[in-house]
Amino acid sequence: MQAEKDYIDLYKQHAESIGKSCSDLLNSKREEAFEKFQSLGFPNKSLEDYRHCDLQEALSIDYGLNINRVSMPINPHDVFSCDVPNLSTKLFFVVNDQFYKKDKIIGLPEGVLCGSLNDISSLHASLLEPYYNRLSQKSSDGMVPFNTTFAQDGFVLYVPAGVVIEKPIQLIQILHGSVDMMVNRRLLIILEENAQAQLLICDHSLSSKQFLTNQVTEIFVGKNASLEFYDLEMDHNKSIRISNILVTQEASSHLLMNGITLQNGLTRNNITVRLEGEGAEAQLSGMALGSGTQLIDNHLFVDHAVPHCTSHQLFKYVLDGSSRGVFGGRVLVEKDAQKTSAFQSNKNLCSTREARMFVKPQLEIYADDVKCSHGTATGQIDENALFYMRTRGIPEIEARLLLKFAFTADVIDHIGLEPLKDRMRMLVEKRFRGELAKCAGCSAANCS
Amino acid sequence: MLLEIKNLHASIDGKEILRGINLSIKEGEIHAIMGPNGSGKSTLSAVLTGNPAFEVTEGEVWFRGKNLLEMSPEDRSREGIFLSFQYPVEIPGVSMVNFMRSAVNEHRKYRQESALSASDFLKLMREKRSVVELDSKLANRSVNEGFSGGEKKRNEIFQMAMLEPKLSILDETDSGLDIDALRIVALGVNKLRTPDNSTIVITHYQRLLDYIVPDQVHILYKGRIVKTAGRELVLDLEERGYDWIKQETEE
Repeated sequence: MQAEKDYIDLYKQHAESIGKSCSDLLNSKREEAFEKFQSLGFPNKSLEDYRHCDLQEALSIDYGLNINRVSMPINPHDVFSCDVPNLSTKLFFVVNDQFYKKDKIIGLPEGVLCGSLNDISSLHASLLEPYYNRLSQKSSDGMVPFNTTFAQDGFVLYVPAGVVIEKPIQLIQILHGSVDMMVNRRLLIILEENAQAQLLICDHSLSSKQFLTNQVTEIFVGKNASLEFYDLEMDHNKSIRISNILVTQEASSHLLMNGITLQNGLTRNNITVRLEGEGAEAQLSGMALGSGTQLIDNHLFVDHAVPHCTSHQLFKYVLDGSSRGVFGGRVLVEKDAQKTSAFQSNKNLCSTREARMFVKPQLEIYADDVKCSHGTATGQIDENALFYMRTRGIPEIEARLLLKFAFTADVIDHIGLEPLKDRMRMLVEKRFRGELAKCAGCSAANCS
Repeated sequence: MLLEIKNLHASIDGKEILRGINLSIKEGEIHAIMGPNGSGKSTLSAVLTGNPAFEVTEGEVWFRGKNLLEMSPEDRSREGIFLSFQYPVEIPGVSMVNFMRSAVNEHRKYRQESALSASDFLKLMREKRSVVELDSKLANRSVNEGFSGGEKKRNEIFQMAMLEPKLSILDETDSGLDIDALRIVALGVNKLRTPDNSTIVITHYQRLLDYIVPDQVHILYKGRIVKTAGRELVLDLEERGYDWIKQETEE
């Protein structure tokens, strides 16, 4: 494919510039990743997992890459204020792939590292060294080594053993540019033993250009640690986001993940969770609201490597217009992972005849003493419920809205932060009403 | 005249169910519609409320001087028609409170009244709940979800109390009710009576009509009203069943 060749040439020509302003740790992984990308290439439709997610067109666009680290001339505080009422957070920004450094990082418990991946991996190289790229290097998705090859910055959160961060941390990731852009963003989340944190990530695009975000997030949840991770996507219809989230959980750790695509153009989320310590629990929820010609593709892989772990998946899609949804959920229970509990539920509502949903649940069990189930259902709006509501005077359009809203309720219930729950209810309702061109606080025009 | 049905024909999937219904209801009247299974009783209620599954092929229906058949189901409701469903629908995820608030405020909007404040609305809910002794816990749950059969029917009458219809159609409201629930539901309906509003009671049995006493009783058979009389007809039917009606009609 021509696109791969272009980027291979780009790297060969600019390897030096890419590494120039970056930490040794980031640079040390590039060559190996570059080799791997050359052998894997970009994912394409001939791969089973990408059958319904064609990236060819998205990857053929001539994007600009900010290799020379030109800083974006915006102050995110001027253009953005995400107002989750009553949710007091530690707020940070990433503009494209660059951590916004003008905000002082204060008020976090001692020992916590939070901020620019490039800076922190330079200052605390030995601390991050065991983590950075550890999960990524095993990935067989070409987008991951591509990210490692080109990554220059992003975000890192390191919580030392026993430290509890009381306030949720909110990371606003803004896309901004005057030309079509590719953004290789890298996130690294590390919770040591007994640590606790809540992280809310909100993606917004603030200019109407075409964006391709290739994001890789590595998450380490240490022994008995607890992480809540919310990934909220509200980009415009020309945004393409390919996100790989790679998680490993140690014994008795707890992960609550909720990924919500409220609006976007094309979204591909690959979420891999490996439970490798006994007693680890993962609650993975998500929802996708599609309209127009959007495509939302969530692929999950939960690997039960050891006994006594629990995983719950709940994913829901509401598709309008001629949007398409894809859900691939693979649960692997390895030979020794006795007493595993693994549940998967995927439910989808196609509210027009043109909307399409593609589902592939997979349960692979090699242990013999486990409790596992999976279920999936795709349907239309319940005509009986619709008529019932209309006979009470509720207009059809409103009744449909209430039914769609009701359908998403249990995913929102899986949010641990109460104010965020309320905020999500409001945003989802606005989205269904077609009023969600943007987050209320987002002042940039043309988000739809 | 509140409701005038003239030569109403209706079908579903091409099969004709109503074959020329004529019925007039004045303000304040209670009409019972009885008849054997499959005679078209529920179809009549579905057609009057605008269920899109049924097609009206002939005839007219006038409600308070307006052409009912041209209205959407929601407009019929706002004009004052209410159907207590034989099988109330469960709507998981939609709370009774939100559901009723939408409904009440849509009715108010139609009458060009402003929406009720949250506290006024809750006050109204409390007041109307007592009409059918509906548990306050039910009001906080999803619409009909996990309600017992009796609770569902009480919930229907509660909604009727909230919306204050001009014409209520009770479709087999007595089915699945024990004696106590039946009495509560029937007393609720009676409490809501005014000299202006009317009720159509669709039922198989005499029981409900002991409590809600009809002015007229109609027998529906094979899609037509084949007999109309006073309340004494109910006792006749209870004693003799429908066979003599069937015979009379065939002749």
